[in-house]
Amino acid sequence: MSFPLLTLTAAVPALGAVATAAVPAARRTAAKWTALAFSLATLVLAAVQLVRFAPGAKGPFQLTESHAWIKDFGVRYELGVDGIAVALIALTAVLVPFVILAGWHDADPLETKSSRWRPTQGFFALILMVEAMVLIAFEATDVFLFYIFFEAMLIPMYFLIGGFGDRAGEHGEAETAAQRSYAAVKFLLYNLAGGLIMLAAVIGLYAVTAHQLGAGTFSLQEITQARADGRLEFATTTERALFLGFFFAFAVKAPLWPLHTWLPNAMGEATAPVAVLITAVVDKVGTFAMLRFCLQLFPEASKWATPAILVLSLVSILYGALLAVGQRDIKRLIAYASISHFGFIILGIFAMTTQGQSGATLYMVNHGISTAALMLVAGFLISRRGSRLIADYGGVQKVAPVLAGTFLVSGLATLSLPGLAPFVSEFLVLVGTFTRHPVIGGIATLGIVLAALYVLVLYQRTMTGPVREQVRRMPDLRARELAVVAPLIALLLFLGVYPKPLTKIVNPAVEHTMSQVHKTDPRPDVPVKAPVTAHDVEAAK
Amino acid sequence: MSHAASVHSLWTLAADAPKKIPGPHIEYAQLAPVLIVLGAALLGVLVEAFLPRRARYHAQVLLTVVGLAAAFASVVALAVGGYAHDKAHVAAMGAVAVDGPALFLQGTVLLVGLVAVFTFAERRLDPAVQGRPVDSFAAQAGAVPGGDAEQRAVMAGFVTTEVFPVLLFAIGGMLVFPAANDLLTLFVALEVFSLPLYVLCALARRQRLLSQEAAVKYFLLGAFSSAFLLFGVALLYGYAGTVTYAGIADVVSGNVQTPGPALADTMGNDALLLVGGAMVLMGLLFKVGAVPFHMWTPDVYQGAPTPVTGFMAAATKVAAFGALLRLLYVVLPGMRWDWRPVMWGVAIVTMLVGAIVAVTQTDVKRLLAYSSIAHAGFILAGVIAVSPAGVSSVLFYLAAYSFVTLGAFAVVTLVRDAGGEATHLSKWAGLGRRSPLVAAVFAVFLLAFAGIPLTSGFAGKFAVFKAAAQGGAAPLVIIGVLSSAIAAFFYIRVIVLMFFSEPKADGPTVAVPSPVTSVAIALGVIVTVVLGVAPQYFLDLAGQAAVFAR
Repeated sequence: MSFPLLTLTAAVPALGAVATAAVPAARRTAAKWTALAFSLATLVLAAVQLVRFAPGAKGPFQLTESHAWIKDFGVRYELGVDGIAVALIALTAVLVPFVILAGWHDADPLETKSSRWRPTQGFFALILMVEAMVLIAFEATDVFLFYIFFEAMLIPMYFLIGGFGDRAGEHGEAETAAQRSYAAVKFLLYNLAGGLIMLAAVIGLYAVTAHQLGAGTFSLQEITQARADGRLEFATTTERALFLGFFFAFAVKAPLWPLHTWLPNAMGEATAPVAVLITAVVDKVGTFAMLRFCLQLFPEASKWATPAILVLSLVSILYGALLAVGQRDIKRLIAYASISHFGFIILGIFAMTTQGQSGATLYMVNHGISTAALMLVAGFLISRRGSRLIADYGGVQKVAPVLAGTFLVSGLATLSLPGLAPFVSEFLVLVGTFTRHPVIGGIATLGIVLAALYVLVLYQRTMTGPVREQVRRMPDLRARELAVVAPLIALLLFLGVYPKPLTKIVNPAVEHTMSQVHKTDPRPDVPVKAPVTAHDVEAAK
Repeated sequence: MSHAASVHSLWTLAADAPKKIPGPHIEYAQLAPVLIVLGAALLGVLVEAFLPRRARYHAQVLLTVVGLAAAFASVVALAVGGYAHDKAHVAAMGAVAVDGPALFLQGTVLLVGLVAVFTFAERRLDPAVQGRPVDSFAAQAGAVPGGDAEQRAVMAGFVTTEVFPVLLFAIGGMLVFPAANDLLTLFVALEVFSLPLYVLCALARRQRLLSQEAAVKYFLLGAFSSAFLLFGVALLYGYAGTVTYAGIADVVSGNVQTPGPALADTMGNDALLLVGGAMVLMGLLFKVGAVPFHMWTPDVYQGAPTPVTGFMAAATKVAAFGALLRLLYVVLPGMRWDWRPVMWGVAIVTMLVGAIVAVTQTDVKRLLAYSSIAHAGFILAGVIAVSPAGVSSVLFYLAAYSFVTLGAFAVVTLVRDAGGEATHLSKWAGLGRRSPLVAAVFAVFLLAFAGIPLTSGFAGKFAVFKAAAQGGAAPLVIIGVLSSAIAAFFYIRVIVLMFFSEPKADGPTVAVPSPVTSVAIALGVIVTVVLGVAPQYFLDLAGQAAVFAR
């Protein structure tokens, strides 16, 4: 019985949520510091995980924990991490303190209403709750355990979207609240519907394992082991039906076109830090689960569904990018850009090459950091002017150069400029897709071109040009805001130039996943006539 | 055998020297739970007759709580004594089963009753009259609504303490209902718990006409369904020549070759079996609130005093599903292929109608009524599994569901305006800002109804769907999750209303309850969370209790 590091990593933010919620109503600042302290403690634990994790070690999962939980359902409390999970846990743990710091004043009550109404405590407690549930979802190697937190995280997320928004703009408080509650309900219903479809598949998985193994099980390791031994065999139709049930839920979460429509609403109406939480943290559970559960539990069905999924992700890439170009609202633009990027991630996963999947994993991390940076700076910008419309800005770089500069760098990261982290991952995804599906890879590159368009047009319209009247007195980034943005940009630069620490962790896990799907990388088909000999070299001279 | 000969043999049989009729052998100790509750009920009637008005409330509450607790203790003693497993048998000359499912359900009904007594005893929500606290029941039930007699009774601050013995009689019937092992006992138990419920429904202190209308509807439809049940019993007797479950099951499975002379012509006639079985099922499905026998549910749930609604919604379902399980698993397992398609249809329609119609509701009690219909559909999915896993999942679901229901209705009693409880949903707007704690508790119950993980609702739903899937009912599971998705919509709508809408200026206030209601609600929350996070112990309990004595 080793030290339960993984449990602790998830338990600390959960405890933090309780502690934050328990802070008395009047002591709002104390609640904020409590939340920040617990999120930093979680970061420390995630760092310990990163150190203790041995990339080359044997076995798919490390730091494992396993306890009996609900025997009747065949459910065990099983945790374990592979390289992909460790990377995403680190991403989550890194981002949440910045989210808290960026949302420092987002939940301050407008006026002192009833003394029992405590929005500030609630806001930060919910953020920590989401973090705890996301971490467990990344760590779970039991399908049921994963499912429980995959579903349960919707509830705090729902309250974060519906309960807290930007200060009312020109539409007035009532309409803003109505839109926000619409977005929250849409978010919840889409994801809940996806989750319930998945529940049917989870039950189906139990029925199949119970029938064939004698006792139902949800343990990922046990199921893959039983499949390898030939004790467990899915009938083709069953496997496909179960795969679709799982994939549907993850595709809603990720989100993949055409199940994406909740994301622009949710990200548009939520405050910027919550939007970051949605797109950079919670949505990653969807793409992560495709890698961990869809591919490993149902390899044959995954291969069967690959063509359709590749096409859907291609549509996502182009559709998201095109709609981003056409947006008038800054936050919705970033949301559509994210849809495009999720298309790239899913493309990389289902390209079924090592490069593609490594690229997809790196993409998850890098997209998390770059979108967080872009969205948070956009949030700072919006909070200054009280409007989300691009047309309301202009010439900001003259009055707030630091804000404009950080906005530009994070924007460039979003369009995958070489030297910044997302470039590495996007390149890997495209290369990985190219080796197997040259046409799809070729079309996907259009996404990059469109990305350049929407990011640069956004920058040009808001930051350059004559200074608009309402923008003239706009203050530059404050120390707190700079403390949020600067480290994120530093990370983007560092991982852009030196991605090796990340790839070293991720690659073995990707290779394991590939071996589960029985896929090997296609051999390079460069026409080689004959072995090159010294004689040829001589002749060439 | 010719007709004449059979009459002759009947005549000669009758002419035989009268055999000594054996004295009934009653296992009093094993029937203790029922006897204690009914005894307490009789004592309650005496209390009502002889104690001065001032002392009655405390005496009745004490008597009821002690009676229910003692009955629960005897259930536990019986279960520990092995009657749930190896000593399980049929007591009282074949009339009542003492086995795992019976004891589990009796325990559940008693706990539900105990918590319900707390909500019945609440006297701090309505303003006191003449310095006397009053509860949610009519001042004088016999008075005409709005008449002088009622006026006087209200002014005098009368309270109807009869509710406590009436409640005990209902609970007594509910204890026998899932344990009944012959059709006549089943019918008697049905009436014993139904009649008190009709009376309780009519006793609301506020909105008395609505309450009386609900009672009349419930009574008429209930009487109608009882008639069906009774007719079905008669037909089944004609088919099997006996009313005991074991006897009918023997005839169904073809183990009885020599029919009694009196029934030689009709016995073994499958038409009688099918029609009779269907009619008995109808009677039970009515009590369960399954579509298409659900029409009474919304009206009665809305009109009845809210504590009664909570009790009824929880305990009636437990008792009626218990009886349904026993009937289908003990009497008619041989008929599986006949009743399963029908029950499939009923389950599917119940899930869908409950979920879809609930979407349009604007009254919180009606909303919960339709939600209870949808839940009846989910439970039926477990019933259909016809396996021990099916039984245990239904038992678990019933236990989990009844505490969520009790808690939810207890919260409804707290939200009030000048006219009493404010049950219209528009009045709940912004409740989360005004009373975050109450709204959060109600949200927990709603999430449990919706089956969100980490609540008891999810564990229960997973258990029944799992059993259904293993029983080969995959389409049922898929329709189940789809209707859960629809159902989620309206639970979420209430949460939106409570937390994301601006409170109205003339909105209701949340009354501060006395400790009794707080205890009831707290128990509801605790059970909901514990069964959601660590259900294993209770699943084990239900699993061990899943074998019927025959």
